[in-house]
Amino acid sequence: MSVGRQKLNRREFFGWLSIGWITFSATCAGFASLVFRYLYPNVVFEPPMDFIAGFPSEYEEGVDERWKNGFGVWIYKNEGTLVAMSNICTHLGCVPNWLPAERKFKCPCHGSGYYPNGINFEGPAPRPLERYKVSLSADGKIIVDKSKVYRYEKGEWGNPGSFINV
Amino acid sequence: MKAVFNFLSQPQISFTMTIILFIVAIQKMEFFASKKFGWILLFGTLAFFGWGMTDSVFFGTMSWPDNIPIGILIAIVLWSTWFSLHKGVENDKRIAAGEPPLEGTPENREKVWAWPNLVYTELFAIIACTIFLVAWAIIFKAPLEEPANPTWAPNPAKAPWYFLGLQEMLVYFDPWMAGVVLPVLIIVGLVAIPYLDINPKGNGYYTFRERKFAISSFLFGWLVLWIFLIIVGTFLRGPNWTFYGPFEFWDHHKVVAENNINLSEIFWIKLFNTGLPKNIFLREIAGILLSVGYLFGSIPLITKFWGKRYLEGMGKVRYYLMIILMLTMFSLPIKMYLRWLINLKYIIFMPEFELNI
Repeated sequence: MSVGRQKLNRREFFGWLSIGWITFSATCAGFASLVFRYLYPNVVFEPPMDFIAGFPSEYEEGVDERWKNGFGVWIYKNEGTLVAMSNICTHLGCVPNWLPAERKFKCPCHGSGYYPNGINFEGPAPRPLERYKVSLSADGKIIVDKSKVYRYEKGEWGNPGSFINV
Repeated sequence: MKAVFNFLSQPQISFTMTIILFIVAIQKMEFFASKKFGWILLFGTLAFFGWGMTDSVFFGTMSWPDNIPIGILIAIVLWSTWFSLHKGVENDKRIAAGEPPLEGTPENREKVWAWPNLVYTELFAIIACTIFLVAWAIIFKAPLEEPANPTWAPNPAKAPWYFLGLQEMLVYFDPWMAGVVLPVLIIVGLVAIPYLDINPKGNGYYTFRERKFAISSFLFGWLVLWIFLIIVGTFLRGPNWTFYGPFEFWDHHKVVAENNINLSEIFWIKLFNTGLPKNIFLREIAGILLSVGYLFGSIPLITKFWGKRYLEGMGKVRYYLMIILMLTMFSLPIKMYLRWLINLKYIIFMPEFELNI
């Protein structure tokens, strides 16, 4: 044995080994958490989930596009009922266009087509456009709440909240 | 003349013609891989594109910066397919005459040094590629658009060109199928090829006849189901993903009468004149039976009439994996034809479980 070098005993060896591994793991975990945090944006610019869409009397019969660009919602008024429709295609989530001349929604990605009431009839879309919760405020304005969704294939379009009588 | 091309390029017709041409080419490979046909192909393509470029619509589609790579791709694919098959057929003739393949002759088996033979070639290839890319970047502006808007999509909204085959598949399938299951199976299938195909022939030399089945099934998936769909998606799909011929103006108001229905509706309403049953599985019974029958029930039939030779040559596991992969591949053209012929939307339609086939 050389002078000045002391041999570690088993207990000390495992002690240093544990400290080394704990430090290494902690450092890795710290970096991983930084990376994880980096994946989430600092500020998110998302439109609010609910908004006030004016008085029902402001809408004419048929599809109304005024909230499409801001909130992604079509208002559809037909024979005394008013509903708020999502503008997300049920096939792969593109944004369909409303074609007034053809009286249908048509998706630019894979050609899915919907009637004005949101029922799918052509292309690959498996189900109708989803509807958002609508209600009337105390002063008679429409409140659209996008956090609550009504799906046709689950039979939810007759539920209270999925439409308002106007 | 232009109207004829517009008519012929409709997906139903052009896809059928491509399949027929493909089968004929496989059967008559001696002619299709000959130098004569190579010249016919070259001048035919040049003549068609030269003539087409005089049309403003055709010129506009072809010269759009996004579409130029696909024009180049068509040329490269045609060339490399023809070239490799040409080499293969030449070797087949030599092998039939009792000679070794061209790559196996003594003068071609001679070894050369990587430096300078290979490295020089690589250097020039690098320089040529760089010049090409720089020239490209100077000549064609990047097709950048306005910032993304979650409530608006360009019309037509096209994927990058290499994904347009997938986007075309999505027209006929649920995203879960055409976006996840089929692409995964394509990749798994390609990875599995070396393990499934244990034919040692064609190792180190071009051949067609010795690997006819392997080459034709690969080329079917590659040329007919991928390249063809990229061409359709790139050049022939316009606003609202409606089909437009190569010489047809992109009229945003073109109306295509299409009313797609599910197999369950055909089965219960048209065939039995009753409403759809409440029970989901009873409602979709026809589709479920058909799909299961197609994927599993058809295997004994295929084996009996066609696959015995391969079953013996490959062994059971390889054989059944290959058959299932092939059946999955053929499900794409089958679904496309069902859509075109009977406006079928989904064979199994269970939006309750997000399962639509």
